[in-house]
Amino acid sequence: MEKAIEVKGLRKSFKDIEVLKGVDFEVKRGEIFALLGSNGAGKTTAVNILSTLLKSDGGTASICGFDVSRQSGKVRENISLTGQFAAVDEILTGRENILLIAKLRSVPKPDQVADDLLKRFGLTDAANKRAGAYSGGMKRRLDIAMSLVGTPSVIFLDEPTTGLDPQGRLEVWKTVKELAGSGVTILLTTQYLDEAEQLADKIAILNEGKIIANGTLEELKKLFPPAKKEYIEKQPTLEEIFLAIIGKGGQSK
Amino acid sequence: MKNNTGVLTGRLMKHILRSPDTIITVALTPIAMMLMFVYVFGGAVRMSMGTDVNYINYQLPGILLMAIASGIAYTAYRLFLDMQKGLFSRFNSMPIGRSSVLWSHVLTSLVSNMLSVVIIFFVALIMGFRSSAGILNWLAASGILVLYTLALTWIAVIPGLTAKSMEGASAFSYPLIFLPFLSSAFVPTETMPTVVRVFAENQPVTSMVESIRSLLNSEPVGNDIWVALAWCIGIMAVAYIFAMRAYKRKAA
Repeated sequence: MEKAIEVKGLRKSFKDIEVLKGVDFEVKRGEIFALLGSNGAGKTTAVNILSTLLKSDGGTASICGFDVSRQSGKVRENISLTGQFAAVDEILTGRENILLIAKLRSVPKPDQVADDLLKRFGLTDAANKRAGAYSGGMKRRLDIAMSLVGTPSVIFLDEPTTGLDPQGRLEVWKTVKELAGSGVTILLTTQYLDEAEQLADKIAILNEGKIIANGTLEELKKLFPPAKKEYIEKQPTLEEIFLAIIGKGGQSK
Repeated sequence: MKNNTGVLTGRLMKHILRSPDTIITVALTPIAMMLMFVYVFGGAVRMSMGTDVNYINYQLPGILLMAIASGIAYTAYRLFLDMQKGLFSRFNSMPIGRSSVLWSHVLTSLVSNMLSVVIIFFVALIMGFRSSAGILNWLAASGILVLYTLALTWIAVIPGLTAKSMEGASAFSYPLIFLPFLSSAFVPTETMPTVVRVFAENQPVTSMVESIRSLLNSEPVGNDIWVALAWCIGIMAVAYIFAMRAYKRKAA
């Protein structure tokens, strides 16, 4: 039982549009796996099938050895989905959001669980504020904290930083890095190359419904010709011109 | 997989308690209508109906049905928000009973609408509503209101699940709010032109208004109550089938 996620020949069409055209990949336990692709590549579709929200048209997919379509109940016990938008209840406080999930998952000592997670995600001070008043980064952190209730073995993070400001993005990166090594398996999708580079142990590139490359960052780098030195005449950017004119050269923030 | 309808209903009830404007807004427009009907049109209407008629009693059932029709717009809105914000997907990817999310919305709709109805009842009482009805009549009248709420709630589930925008999610309720005007809710149908009259006398709201009115005035109800029940259950059954179909499509 080494593999947390196993996907073979996965297919899915919406009406006439074939979104997944036979996708294969495997994720080992405890690994952070990034599914990298541009908008419309089929990342969310793949995540929705793996998290039992969508039925596939063909191929197989299993989580911790359970088939996603035939044993969806078992799969749901083992996973947590953090969707493309922070799925927090904005009327409830941060603490109530975590308690809600703890009750739904029948976790023992829900109050303790909530306190621990709020502390771990730096939300203790904001615990009793409504989640609607949180910043984008805080909402995302709460969202991820909610996903950790009941210690699922596999976590799906669908574009966890899309729509966040740079600050929020760094907060989420820090959170995901802290999760690594705790034994949890993470499948994250992203359209940002640096995000995959920063966070993932392994990266698969999904393009037009197919995996076109799969491996560690080192392995992917080898696919490219060796680095070559080039000399390029450097033109000033508008920022540099702007700063030079207003007389604040070099002190850009 | 366990059924968590209770936990999820608790969540939605918090929404309502934290934004009580939902219930107040739902009750406010019908109350304003009631004030207008009783104190502006009421005198003139009573001239033609006979001065022994208590017009507050007469128009109250129609006002209550209007309140329910505007209340279920919020049911659609809350469901739409859950879809939009990804909470629906979050719950559906968890090991909980699959229909508990939907049922929590239905129960919340029922509770919040009944709260609005009670508020309107109290206002009517202050304005001079009086009933000689016994407990059984009150139960029967409440039963019709509950069934009407459930029937409209299942209609509301459909746009709640399928709408593309907030406006789309609640626009369906306008014709339902308007329906009591084209019935015997505020004036007798006798003076209406034939086409309007035929519609008014045969549409679902009329049978409900007539039976609630008769029940609360301790008058014989006749067939109206069976017609009202048939409408409620019929609408509920059809709406339920379509709502479930939409739900299965959205929740795999």
